[in-house]
Amino acid sequence: MVLRPIRVQAAADPVDVDDANYEVGTRSRSLWADAARRFFRHAPSVVSLVALLLVGLFAFTGHFFAAWTNAQVDWSVLGQVRLKGMPSFETGHYFGTDDLGRDLYARTVQGSQVSLTVGLVGAGIAVVVGTLYGAIAGYFGGRVDSIMMRLVDILLSIPYMFVLILLLVVFGRSMTMLFVGIGLISWLDMSRIVRGQTLSLKEKEFVEAARAGGAGHLTIILRHIIPNLLGIVVVYATLLVPQMILTESFISFLGLGVQEPLTSWGALISQGAGTVMYGTLWQLLFPLFFFIVTLFSFYFVGDGLRDALDPRDR
Amino acid sequence: MLKYILKRLGVAIPTMLILIVFSFVLMRLAPGGPFSSERPLPPQVLANVNAKFGLDQPWHIQLWEYMVGILTRFDFGPSFAYTDRSVNDIIAQGFPVTFTYGTWSFILAVLVGCTLGIAAAVRHNSWLDYFAVGTSIGAQVLPNFVMAPILVIVFTLWLGWLPGGGWRGGQWPYVIMPVIALGTSYMASIARITRSSMLEVLGSNFIRTARAKGMPPIRIIVRHALKPALMPLLSYLGPAFVGMVTGSVVIDVYFSTGGIGQLFTNSAFNRDYSVIMGITILLGALTITFNLLVDILYAWIDPRIRY
Repeated sequence: MVLRPIRVQAAADPVDVDDANYEVGTRSRSLWADAARRFFRHAPSVVSLVALLLVGLFAFTGHFFAAWTNAQVDWSVLGQVRLKGMPSFETGHYFGTDDLGRDLYARTVQGSQVSLTVGLVGAGIAVVVGTLYGAIAGYFGGRVDSIMMRLVDILLSIPYMFVLILLLVVFGRSMTMLFVGIGLISWLDMSRIVRGQTLSLKEKEFVEAARAGGAGHLTIILRHIIPNLLGIVVVYATLLVPQMILTESFISFLGLGVQEPLTSWGALISQGAGTVMYGTLWQLLFPLFFFIVTLFSFYFVGDGLRDALDPRDR
Repeated sequence: MLKYILKRLGVAIPTMLILIVFSFVLMRLAPGGPFSSERPLPPQVLANVNAKFGLDQPWHIQLWEYMVGILTRFDFGPSFAYTDRSVNDIIAQGFPVTFTYGTWSFILAVLVGCTLGIAAAVRHNSWLDYFAVGTSIGAQVLPNFVMAPILVIVFTLWLGWLPGGGWRGGQWPYVIMPVIALGTSYMASIARITRSSMLEVLGSNFIRTARAKGMPPIRIIVRHALKPALMPLLSYLGPAFVGMVTGSVVIDVYFSTGGIGQLFTNSAFNRDYSVIMGITILLGALTITFNLLVDILYAWIDPRIRY
């Protein structure tokens, strides 16, 4: 715990406080500035953050540097991928080609876009829906809480992976359906965490003060409860992104994810894994590299954020 | 205790029913019936086929029949793609395979994971500890669908020790890689959980007392520390089981073991709705039952749980 110096108001007590000296010695720091300082002192987190930014840059600007598009077939390598489809700068296939002679670089760029988008959108849905749901359940408590959380319990015990596949099979495989399916389940854990925090937050004095000041329930939840939850929500959301990417990759690995020519890390890994027997290792290793780097980085950034925002460590 | 069990059943049973109704409604919402294909059937044939599968009934009667069939006779109805086989036949064909290597994976994950976790905690901050922590982080980003191809590259492609797929009635060379690929990440999670709870227990007062009175370290670990340290693991077994059931889909597909996951994906491609539903509901029921058992077991073993 850091003892936050009480800022003495110069106007109220001008006699014995040397204002200029006081400012130099003890600048008051906000929670977030403090957390940022601690986060950037932790080397693995910073390295991971940089790695994530690079992967993001690769995914969303990489196509400017591609010599081929992701759907174009290079007829000259078709049938001889093992010999001619190697990664090389001369042919413009920086990462080689896939089994059908398509440029793996362009496909990896495109797959990274899909995977990152799915991860971020899934986590985004979790943040919005889960936070509101959990905060409402925790704030009102009693019967509202028990009905809302019972529903979460029930949804959590459904084997969602199978239900998600069922959804994709029945309504066709598309990005929209993937988002709907992932959105259905991603917020459940978040709502539980947020509810737990809200239960203790709502007993705090500042909530009482807000109520005494005449604030309505909605205002209290949005202006007083949720801002105090942001730390834990940010940490959990960071850890949720790789989980969403994993879920999507899992489904794509089975060939049930997004449809060609769109692809994703899971689909690329699946195709690469299917052809390792023929000696085209690069088809597995390039997508796998981006996949692993991203997951590792998200976990490290999440861990770093958790340590940085943990008030016990101050 | 009875009240707690009833309360847990109060969640489990509605979940099961919701799962059945949800799958059923999804199937009904699917664009196109199971028998609408590019070559339209003559109306009379279509009517006959629909009558055979009961699709001409109003849908609430169909739902009722379906639920009664599952709950009383354990009957998931006929397959839509293979007219001569029922969903039960198909499940009965794949389930033993999945069950075999799933059980081995589970045993492997629990045994190796616990041993590694306990060893890491006892030798805290030694190379063994770092190894355990390192593998558990590594396993988080190496899910089974990454693990499987890596194993194949190493053991089939480079070393040539093991076959790259197939099942052959469960001969051991065919079982090894599925078991390892499925179990590794759970082994790592179990090691991590055991390590941290063991560390906590080893730092507690009653262990210090036992040590102070001169008890040999092995005895302290086995007699005093083991039981409380393994408690948190018990609650992880539920999620681990679920993960293994789900993960087996990938293993089945990648190693072509012919297990339930391969049937599931094949049916997904064939749009064989009744098989997909049947497998979803069956695995859902397994998951829910297992979670229920773990919860009850946990409450029964740990007197600190209030119910």
